[in-house]
Amino acid sequence: MSLRSVTRRLDIRALRRPSSCPNASLSLPRIIPVWQACRNVASTPTAEKVLFPGALNSEFTNNLEFMRPSKNKAISTFRILDQYGQVLDKERGVDTTDEEALGLYQNMVRLNIMDLIMFEAQRQGRLSFYMVSTGEEGISVGSASALNPTDPVFCQYREAGVFMQRGFSLDQFMAQLFSNTDDTGRGRNMPVHYGSRELHIRTVSSTLATQLPHAAGAAYALKLQNQQNPDVEPRVAVTYFGEGAASEGDFHAALNIAATRQAPCIFICRNNGYAISTPTSDQYRGDGIASRGAGYGIDTLRVDGNDIFAVRTATREARRLALTDGGKPVLIEMMAYRVGHHSTSDDSYAYRQKVEVEDWKRRDNPITRLRKWLEERDLWNEDEERETRSQLRKDILAAFDRGEKKKKPKIRHAFDDVWENITDEQRAHVEELKDILTRYPKEYDVSQYEGGLDSLDELLEKKR
Amino acid sequence: MAAKSPSIRALSRYLLRPQAPLHPRCRQQCYTKRYSSAVAGARLNGTVEYDTTPLLYHTSKAALANPELPEDVRRGQTKRINLYQAVNEALRHALQSDERVIVFGEDVQFGGVFRATMNLASDFGTERVFNTPLSEQGLVGFAIGAASEGMKPVAEIQFADYVYPAFDQIVNEAAKYRYMSGANQVHCGGLVVRMPTGVVGHGGLYHSQSPEALFTHIPGLHVVIPRSPTQAKGLLLSAIKSNDPVVFMEPKILYRASIEQVPVDPFYLPLDKAEVLKTGKDLTIVSYGQPLYTCSAAITAAEKDFGCSVELVDLRTIYPWDRETVLDSVKKTGRAIVVHESMQNAGVGAEVAATIQEQAFLRLEAPVKRVTGWATFTGLMFEPLIIPDVTRVYDAIKKTLDY
Repeated sequence: MSLRSVTRRLDIRALRRPSSCPNASLSLPRIIPVWQACRNVASTPTAEKVLFPGALNSEFTNNLEFMRPSKNKAISTFRILDQYGQVLDKERGVDTTDEEALGLYQNMVRLNIMDLIMFEAQRQGRLSFYMVSTGEEGISVGSASALNPTDPVFCQYREAGVFMQRGFSLDQFMAQLFSNTDDTGRGRNMPVHYGSRELHIRTVSSTLATQLPHAAGAAYALKLQNQQNPDVEPRVAVTYFGEGAASEGDFHAALNIAATRQAPCIFICRNNGYAISTPTSDQYRGDGIASRGAGYGIDTLRVDGNDIFAVRTATREARRLALTDGGKPVLIEMMAYRVGHHSTSDDSYAYRQKVEVEDWKRRDNPITRLRKWLEERDLWNEDEERETRSQLRKDILAAFDRGEKKKKPKIRHAFDDVWENITDEQRAHVEELKDILTRYPKEYDVSQYEGGLDSLDELLEKKR
Repeated sequence: MAAKSPSIRALSRYLLRPQAPLHPRCRQQCYTKRYSSAVAGARLNGTVEYDTTPLLYHTSKAALANPELPEDVRRGQTKRINLYQAVNEALRHALQSDERVIVFGEDVQFGGVFRATMNLASDFGTERVFNTPLSEQGLVGFAIGAASEGMKPVAEIQFADYVYPAFDQIVNEAAKYRYMSGANQVHCGGLVVRMPTGVVGHGGLYHSQSPEALFTHIPGLHVVIPRSPTQAKGLLLSAIKSNDPVVFMEPKILYRASIEQVPVDPFYLPLDKAEVLKTGKDLTIVSYGQPLYTCSAAITAAEKDFGCSVELVDLRTIYPWDRETVLDSVKKTGRAIVVHESMQNAGVGAEVAATIQEQAFLRLEAPVKRVTGWATFTGLMFEPLIIPDVTRVYDAIKKTLDY
C-alpha cells in the first residue's frame, strides 16, 4: 500500500468526523491529530494508557510520585570551544572559515569599543542614555551571523551586535544615539532603540517581551508566505529577550501560540543572570529558561554564550529545525554573565559584589575566548590586536564627531506618523504650537531642529 | 563640542568607579533639571526653581503650620527630605505599625530603581519586602489576592509606562472586587499600586507617559498624584489605610527635584479633597503633580506683567475628585485653565472643563482653557515642545484674561 493511499484514507475518515474543520490546511496533506483519532475510543479499566484528550500516551500508575524538577540533572550547556579556546570535538571543528572568524572577532571588538566610548560619553552628558553589551557580544554577533540576512529580527535592547553584524554602519548607530536628523527613528526613541527596515530588524521598544508574540505572528506569516512562494528561499523569524523578560506573560503566550501554530520562530534567550538588580534566584526556580521549552512542546537547546562558535552552530541548526516539517518554533537559551551595569542609569555594585564581576571578566568572555582560538591558529597576534583596536577607535570617534554635530530632526516629526495622515485635532495643535513658538521666540531654540519652524508649515500644508 | 578621544585606560578606570545610583529596565537618570529648549535669554521657560518655589515648605515652621496636620504632628519635628525619601518614610511607618503591610515589585529589594524602598528589605525582612519576577500582571494580581485575604500590599510598578500588562487585573479585578462579591463583601482594600509617572526630559516613548486618565475611567479606584514630599507621605499613608484599592502615581521628576521640610511623625492627608495652593480672584488654574510648579512660575510672571490675581488648585486625587473646591473657586474667579502633561483628548482636563461648564456656566467670563500635551507621543527630542511649559501656561493666562 502506497503512502499516498494511506493518506487519502485517513483524509476520508477525517472528513466524516463531524468535528473536522473543512478549511484547515487546504493544500497540505491532511494529518489527523492523535487526539482526534483517539477521540471515540473508550478507556477500559484494564487499559495501560489514559486517553484523556489533554494528555496523550500517559500511562496509568499506582505509584504516588510527584515530579520534582529540582531533583533532575540540569540541562547541559552546548559548547564547541573550551574557555582556553581549544576545540573540544576536533571532528566537528568550528564550522567557520578563518576569514569568517576574523570578521566575527572584529565585529565583537568594534561593539565592545563603541560600548566603552558611548558609556563614557553618557557620563559626560553628551547623550542621555546608553546600554552596553559587554559579555554578550558573542550571542548577538554570533547568532546574527548564522541567520539569513532577510530573516526578520525582533530585538529586546541589548542586541546591538545583531545590528552590527547585519551591517548597520557606525554613522547609523551615532545618528540614533544622538537623535540627529539622520536617525531613522526620527529622534523619537531613547538611545540604543535602533531599528532598520532595510536590515529586517524591527525598532526596539523599551517594553519587555512584547516583541515575542510579534515574532511568533511574523513567523506564522512567513510560514504561509514560504508555502505560497516556494521559489523564494524560506525565512524564519527570530526574537531575542532576557531571562527577566521571560517572566512576562507575553513570553508564555508567545511560546504557546508559536507551538500550536507551528510557526518557524527562533526564540533566543540571553540569560545573563540579572534583570537590573534581580538575580535569577528571585526570577525563577526552574532550570533556567530552557526547561520551559519542553512544557510548550518546543525543541530546545542551552548554549554557552561565551563561545561564539557554539552560538553560531546552535543558531544554524535551530534555523534548519525551524524550517522542517512545514515549520516549528525553537528555543535557545544562551548563557552569559552581564558584566556591565544594566544601563548608564544603574549602579550594579549596589546589589552585587564588584569582585563577582571582576571574577567573571577574568574567567571567561566571548572576545578573549575567540582571540585565544585565533592566536592558536596564528591568525592573530598582539600587533594586529593593537592596530585593529586603534583603527576601530578612530573610526568610532570620527563617526561620533559627525553624529554629534548634526542637527536634530525636524519639529514636524513630533506629530507625523502617529496616524498615517495628520488629523484635524493635530492640525489645531500644530497651529497652536507654531503660534507660541512665533510669538515667544526668545523662549525656544528652534534652530537646533533641522529646518527650524518651517517644517511645521510643511506639515500644515500637507493635503488632508 | 568636538569629540576629544579619551584614552581607553581612562575609560576603563571610569567604568570601575561606582556610578551614580539609579534605575532602569532601559531607564534614565532622574535629573533635577529637564533638558530644555529654552535659550539663554528665556524669561519664562526654565524658571521653575524648586529651591524657592512657594509650593514647597522651605522652613520647618511653614511645614508645621499646615492646617491639614493634626495638633500633635504640628508640635513635632520636621526633616528636609525629597519625594522618594518621603515615600520611603511612609512605607517604613506602614510596615512598622501594621503587620498586614507588605511591599514588593521589580527590583524593590535593593531599594528600587528610584530608591523609594531603600533599606526596607534589610529592616523588615524579605518576607515582607521583596523582589517579584518581572511580570506586572503577575505582581498586581498577586497583590489583589493578598489584599482579599486581609493583607495590605503595596505593589510597585517600575514605571507607569509598564502598567499596561496589569491593566486587566486593575480594571477587571481590583476595581470590581467588592461590587462583584455583592453581599459577600469581599474587597481588596488596602491594595496600593505605586508607579512613577510623567516626563523627566529624556524618557522618550516608554519612560515619560502619564496614563492617569485611563484609570479615571474606572469606578472603584482612587487615583492619587502627590505634588511634594509632604503630600506623598500623607497621601500614601491614607492610601494604605483606605479600604478601596488606590492607584498612586508619583511624578518621577519630583523624586529628587522636590525637597522640603516634612513632619517626622506619621500623618494622613485626605484622599477626597483638592487643595487651594494660592488664592486669587481673576482666574483659577487646576492641575496636579509636577505641572503645578510650571503653573506657579507662570502665575508669578503673569501677575507681575498683567497685574492679575490667579488661584492655583491641586486636585491631588484625580478620581473621584473634589468638584466642590474647584467649582467654588471658579464661581469666584469666573475663569479657569486646566493643565496636565498627558494629552488633551479625554484627559482629566476634559472632565474638569465639562463639570465647570455644567455647573458654573453662568459665572464663566471665558471658555475653560486646557493646556496639555499635544495629540502625539512623547518623542525624545520633542518633549520640551510637547509638554506644557511656563510660556504656554503664561500665554493661556493672558488669553483667558483678555477673552
